[in-house]
Amino acid sequence: MRHLISPLDFTVEELDEILDLAGKIEHNPEKYAHACEGKKLATCFYEPSTRTRLSFEAAMMNLGGNVLGFSSANSSSAAKGESVSDTIRMISCYADICAMRHPKEGAPLVASLHSSIPVINAGDGGHQHPTQTITDLLTIKSLKGRLGNLTIGLCGDLKFGRTVHSLIKALTRYDNVKFILISPEELRVPSYIREDVLKANNKEFEEVVTLEEVMPKLDLLYMTRVQKERFFNEEDYVRMKDFYILDKKKMDLAREDMLVLHPLPRVNEISVEVDDDPRAVYFKQVQYGVYARMALILTLLNIKVD
Amino acid sequence: MLNVGKLNEGFVLDHIEAGKSMSIYHDLKLDKLDCCVAIIKNARSEKMGKKDIIKVECDIEKLNLDILGFIDCNITVNIIKDGEIVDKKELTLPETIENVIKCKNPRCITSIEQELKQIFILTDKEKKIYRCKYCEEKYGSKR
Repeated sequence: MRHLISPLDFTVEELDEILDLAGKIEHNPEKYAHACEGKKLATCFYEPSTRTRLSFEAAMMNLGGNVLGFSSANSSSAAKGESVSDTIRMISCYADICAMRHPKEGAPLVASLHSSIPVINAGDGGHQHPTQTITDLLTIKSLKGRLGNLTIGLCGDLKFGRTVHSLIKALTRYDNVKFILISPEELRVPSYIREDVLKANNKEFEEVVTLEEVMPKLDLLYMTRVQKERFFNEEDYVRMKDFYILDKKKMDLAREDMLVLHPLPRVNEISVEVDDDPRAVYFKQVQYGVYARMALILTLLNIKVD
Repeated sequence: MLNVGKLNEGFVLDHIEAGKSMSIYHDLKLDKLDCCVAIIKNARSEKMGKKDIIKVECDIEKLNLDILGFIDCNITVNIIKDGEIVDKKELTLPETIENVIKCKNPRCITSIEQELKQIFILTDKEKKIYRCKYCEEKYGSKR
């Protein structure tokens, strides 16, 4: 039985198969509309999330399956002090597959060690968010046509932004990807990303503070939100939250075929005036997220559609 | 110099940094073993000035000393059988460390679920880097 806990749990070949399957689903959704009939997805969300939870639920419904679950720790038995390992043993009796989001890092891994159904990490603290990574890769591959030969700028909260960490790890496996890390000093990538991921894989990268200087170089700009829930100190959050605002003026500096991605929700970091720019693909990315999760559910449940 | 009797079978852990023997006693979980243990503190040493020594009389198969490689590679481990030193154990970094060190990351699942085993995995042999199995936080790092 397979789980998805880290974006590197799948080999590049396995990931390619998932992305190919997602592409097939996009072009012929009817063919997959009954693939998961009689199957149940449990969404165990110990912290609030609209996008990821609804994306998982929409994915399972599109496949003809059913969903059950909870959307905050208060409405689950975690509030009564139940451990993650006990909860997953119970969920294993109710559902065929589980998507888990938890504010504590490593919780989905703990669940996978005690589960008799596939567990998907739907985000664990500031650590990993592999399904967002598959979504990001699918968006890039579908709209750019490739996952190698890219210069990607990652901007905003690179310290606590789990989507950024996961995406960097995943993209280091492709050839000729250059990373430009744009963040305030305080929100730079953690040392393990710099040392064990980028340097260890001999990846070209630079760390800069201002966005304008690098805009013309980028094939992709991955914007992120400064997440209030990751700060222990309100003062630090207020100081950082509006550090970057992508507006029309900055977009004018970018190439015509550059794409702007964002895992959403955005707050102030992308001005709404950018939304109409054809290079702004963050809402398309949401749609790709559903296809990616559909492909993932089919893969982990080992369901083949001929 | 204080004399402690000869072992028949067991280990002599020599060249322990002075003052570290009690923590090693706990790390090796010697308090849980029903066997004879002698701890010698601040013994004179030509090489180190002062050193600690631990003598453990036990079945040599029963005690897992892998953790010593993580604590201090300079400790000498003499293996005793029939009252004689039969071997010296080479200390290497263990691949995993279980329930010896704790993850300090306040965002780690181990911070709220106390019954979980504290497991660290060797991720970089050269730099001696261990990371928490659950949150991948580096041992000893400040966030």
